[in-house]
Amino acid sequence: MTNPIARIVVVGATSAIAQHTLRAWLAGRDASAHLIGRSESRLASVEADLRVRFPGSTFSHEAVDLIDVEAIERVADHETANGDPDIVLIAHGSLTSQTDSQKNLRAASEQLIATGVSPALWLEAFADRMTTGTLAVIGSVAGDRGRRSNYLYGAGKGLIERVTQGLQNRFEGTDLHVVLIKPGPTRTPMTEHLAVAGARLADVHLVAEGIAHAVTRNKRVAYVPRRWGVIMAVVRSIPAPVFNRLDL
Amino acid sequence: MTSITSWGRLRAAEHSVVPLSDRESAAQVISSARRPALASGMQRSYGDVSTNAGGTLWDCRGLDKFIAFDEQSGVLRCESGVLLRDIQATFSARGWMLPVTPGTAMVTVGGAIANDVHGKNHQSYATFGNHVVHLTLVRTDGDVIECSPQENPDWFSATVGGLGLTGVILTAAIQMKRVPGPWIDAEDIVFESISDFFELSDASEAEYEHTVSWLDVTTDGGRRGIFTRGNPVAASTPEPRETRLTFPITPPASLVNRLTLPAFNRSYFRLKATRARRRVEHYGSFFYPLDSIGDWNRMYGPKGFYQYQSVIPRRDAEEATRAMLAECSQAGAGSFLGVLKTFGDVQSLGMLSFPEAGVTFALDFPEHGEQTEALFARLDSIVRASGGRLYAAKDARMPRDMFERGYPQLERFLAFRDPGISSELSRRLLGS
Repeated sequence: MTNPIARIVVVGATSAIAQHTLRAWLAGRDASAHLIGRSESRLASVEADLRVRFPGSTFSHEAVDLIDVEAIERVADHETANGDPDIVLIAHGSLTSQTDSQKNLRAASEQLIATGVSPALWLEAFADRMTTGTLAVIGSVAGDRGRRSNYLYGAGKGLIERVTQGLQNRFEGTDLHVVLIKPGPTRTPMTEHLAVAGARLADVHLVAEGIAHAVTRNKRVAYVPRRWGVIMAVVRSIPAPVFNRLDL
Repeated sequence: MTSITSWGRLRAAEHSVVPLSDRESAAQVISSARRPALASGMQRSYGDVSTNAGGTLWDCRGLDKFIAFDEQSGVLRCESGVLLRDIQATFSARGWMLPVTPGTAMVTVGGAIANDVHGKNHQSYATFGNHVVHLTLVRTDGDVIECSPQENPDWFSATVGGLGLTGVILTAAIQMKRVPGPWIDAEDIVFESISDFFELSDASEAEYEHTVSWLDVTTDGGRRGIFTRGNPVAASTPEPRETRLTFPITPPASLVNRLTLPAFNRSYFRLKATRARRRVEHYGSFFYPLDSIGDWNRMYGPKGFYQYQSVIPRRDAEEATRAMLAECSQAGAGSFLGVLKTFGDVQSLGMLSFPEAGVTFALDFPEHGEQTEALFARLDSIVRASGGRLYAAKDARMPRDMFERGYPQLERFLAFRDPGISSELSRRLLGS
């Protein structure tokens, strides 16, 4: 029997983390990848880039409204019609400024839906249709505990965690694996030249390798880089009276 | 605001950083940014060509997508924030590599073009810009200029080596070079005098694509060194795993100083000399030996360091090199990185490109205030007297008149400047 080529579906494929995760995966093996996102032109650019990098792999893309329930169902139906994908990665979200969202309820609503509700619905849609494979979603360390600087974003990411926990419980013992990835703050443009202690931001290229690795190993929860697992264990354990006085 | 320093770490200054992440939105972001602004990549330039204190930096590193590759012609189209590392890694095993690469792969295509960088094979392949077949330039007034050596050739030669001042390079097409694979047939040869270096260069240039020399600047006032030459070669060895160390902290004082430097240089020389032989080497360690040590620039401590890179026309090169070494020796200022290399005769395309036929000499010096300035003034007079010039991509201090004399096409270049773009270097050397 020939080993069939792996099939990957990526929702939110134009995000930097999704692009770099695909690069990390496909460097190791050929696959067929279907890229889903909001913008047709950006998806086309991402697909063209991957075609140049990985001539042995095949690609397709599809622009959809990521918060439209009918669109989610249609795509999930189509992608599972001829067998389950090997990997589904859900990578979208919206990190807009906390202060903007606080001042504007419309922005808060959009952020909660884009970061929490929409990925949860994509997870649900694929989970209901798949019996094998890996369903991976990008959460965040921001989802581990609410804090003043980003709690609306964090709430969206926390919502994803609860859904993932439920799915992991539901599919325990089956061949469908659900993986939650929590990247720490990933290197934002330009901060890498800063030799300031404490400003240890992770390089997106290394974060992506961590994600690719966690998905391949079907980890339940993976902090990338791993040190964030320890940091967040400490952050979660600080008693509220103390925590609330901190400026985090 | 974000604090940014360039590779020499001489100063950190606040910048407002605006990321460019896709070509669809880039033109709009560029025309609406607060001025003056400057395109920025990996900040591997040593001096102030890449910084714009108090102003805006367009961070082009998000423009990291390939657009198309033609397997027949070898022309690669990509966005300007693509790293040379990614190009080499993607194509070397497929039989194509960049025809010209500088000593680090951790730079963007846009930066390589804007500084018209060169490599160990200048005598055979000239500069990076000589292999760029097309550019898309976005101006701050929203104009998009397509240029190549044939189309809008003036815009092309202003932008190649144009220090980022003519607009933002959005995409580029590069003519890649056929190679047998990712390997180099390399050889190190010990030389004991500067004249031996010149003899080895003359003897090697016809038959070796790559030549470069490391000079032990501190022993006997600087005479001996290691001459390295090589050619691409086919080999079936498996590619090495990437190993990477990082300089973890900035030491409180420069580790490169009067006490350590002679010892550094002597041991490096001995290490290289005992291993000097012919071998098949991966392009990674051959082209980019320092890329395996992340943040090595921290070694020079919190005050940072300068690189002084000159080119001297061949006629006076040997004498000028000796004179510069004598000045360093007299000042008690050695350099760990002393690199000597001959440039070939091919004309650079850029109006402000650095390379010209002759010999280039690069030296690193930790910042010691007035003492360092005084040494530079003496080195400057040697470079001026022999009709040479300094490399802007490395510079943080050359006098304005030296720049004007060294770059005769400067006047012509000024007509192509984008009035919305400015760098610390342009304010220092062009007045705006």
